[in-house]
Amino acid sequence: MAEIARSFHDLNYIDTLSCMDSPVHRIDPRAKLATFLIFAVCVVSFGKYEVSALLPYFFFPAVIIPLARIPARYFAGKIVFLLPFAVLIGIFNPLYDRETLLSIAGLPVSGGMISFVSILIRFILTILAALMLVAVTGFTGVCMALERFGVPKTFTTQLMMLYRYIFVLTSEGMRMARARDLRSVGRKGSGLKVYGSLIGYLLIRTWNRAQRIHMAMLSRGYRGDFFLRRPLRITSADIAFGLGWSAVFITLRFVNLPRIAGQLIMGVLS
Amino acid sequence: MSHHIVELKGLSHVYPDGTNALDDITLRITHGESVAIVGANGAGKSTLLLHLNGYLWPTSGSVRIGDYPLTKETLREARRTVGMIFQDPDDQLFMPTIFDDVAFGPFNLGLPRDEVETRVQEALVRMDIAHLRDKPPFKLSAGEKRRAAIATVLSMAPDILVLDEPTTGLDPLGRRQIISILKDFTHTRIIATHDLDLVLDLCSRTIVLHRGTVRADGRTLDIFRDDALLAECHLEQPLSMQGCPICAGKMKHGG
Repeated sequence: MAEIARSFHDLNYIDTLSCMDSPVHRIDPRAKLATFLIFAVCVVSFGKYEVSALLPYFFFPAVIIPLARIPARYFAGKIVFLLPFAVLIGIFNPLYDRETLLSIAGLPVSGGMISFVSILIRFILTILAALMLVAVTGFTGVCMALERFGVPKTFTTQLMMLYRYIFVLTSEGMRMARARDLRSVGRKGSGLKVYGSLIGYLLIRTWNRAQRIHMAMLSRGYRGDFFLRRPLRITSADIAFGLGWSAVFITLRFVNLPRIAGQLIMGVLS
Repeated sequence: MSHHIVELKGLSHVYPDGTNALDDITLRITHGESVAIVGANGAGKSTLLLHLNGYLWPTSGSVRIGDYPLTKETLREARRTVGMIFQDPDDQLFMPTIFDDVAFGPFNLGLPRDEVETRVQEALVRMDIAHLRDKPPFKLSAGEKRRAAIATVLSMAPDILVLDEPTTGLDPLGRRQIISILKDFTHTRIIATHDLDLVLDLCSRTIVLHRGTVRADGRTLDIFRDDALLAECHLEQPLSMQGCPICAGKMKHGG
């Protein structure tokens, strides 16, 4: 159960980050969402053996993280935690794809090995981007931006409510788990059966709560529409942010900087 | 100007499972009154309250809010007239920030943005939580959440306030703050509670529910002096009416 408590704390933390103030936080959520989406699309659209061309994309987090004054260490921890999933996806590539594509210092490197590394880099870049987006925009900001981009209101409302009640639900789950732990006297024996009824009970509690919330919404005149204040205003700075970064990402997509740099250096040396 | 009255006539409610929660309740609460609804757990307090904003419909009998009987057609107006504050503020605060939550009602009333802004600010100041307007609800203390929940209803400018257990789970200071704020309200107030000291502070009239019926309805002091009635309905005199066991040297139980 310490696991739940920790995730809870994490979520809380990223929310705290999103309430901070910095030049990046102040940029319009739509500009940020668009920029991060273009970043992600560019990163995943490379061929499967691409490694060198991906590296310059680290420039983006390297600029944004210090500028937004959010702790890099937090993101590093998250990525290490999630990395096993990416490893699982790519781990068999070196076994299937044994054709040697290049050799480094006389050691042959197979295509599978390269594609594996490429998967890891893309994974790190995209997860980093997603986490950064939430940390500098806030979940609500992202939802609002999604809505402005034409995502159906029902969907964004669901997301927002889900996010709001994750905190309530986890604390309810934690209380139930604590009650179980205190009475199971350190034994873990009757695990599965107890978990079954715990989860069932949590579902009923959730259901009841949903009903009460709906009641509260109805009594305040809810008729299916959600209103958020903060009429989003795009300024020229927002546009510059979006266009500037997008131009960088798209250029990097077609121009392999490390290779050009390498060729230049080789040219100078020879 | 409507008359802020609430009138129940022969109100009965039977839940789908056959539980007879309310049985032939008749009462009338007039403009500006502050009325407590007390009774044991399961006496029917919450069921009664849920009839006042049309969340539950009577099995028989009628509900009248202000100038209109409560029907599907008048529901919208009734929900504006009756501001309902639930027992658990976490059920009432569902928006990303306190501002959005307090603005939820006024927006649904179709008010223009400026007016919403003014109303929200007024409600927040009234509840002494203006500094929390941009905070997400889960970062608030229980007392702050409670005040925020009241603000969400105040911003709709209701004529009648209905509160379900407004002081449970609050520390003594938080409780005191809520009481002193409620004291200043001029709305018609209906408060369901087990906190009988609060009743003594806020309500001149008390209605005692017992097993779904009105067991007593009268001046608060008269009711609290009736020991037999209180015992029958699982209630006790408010602490402030009981002699102090330490100063007066008299202890009711043991020791």
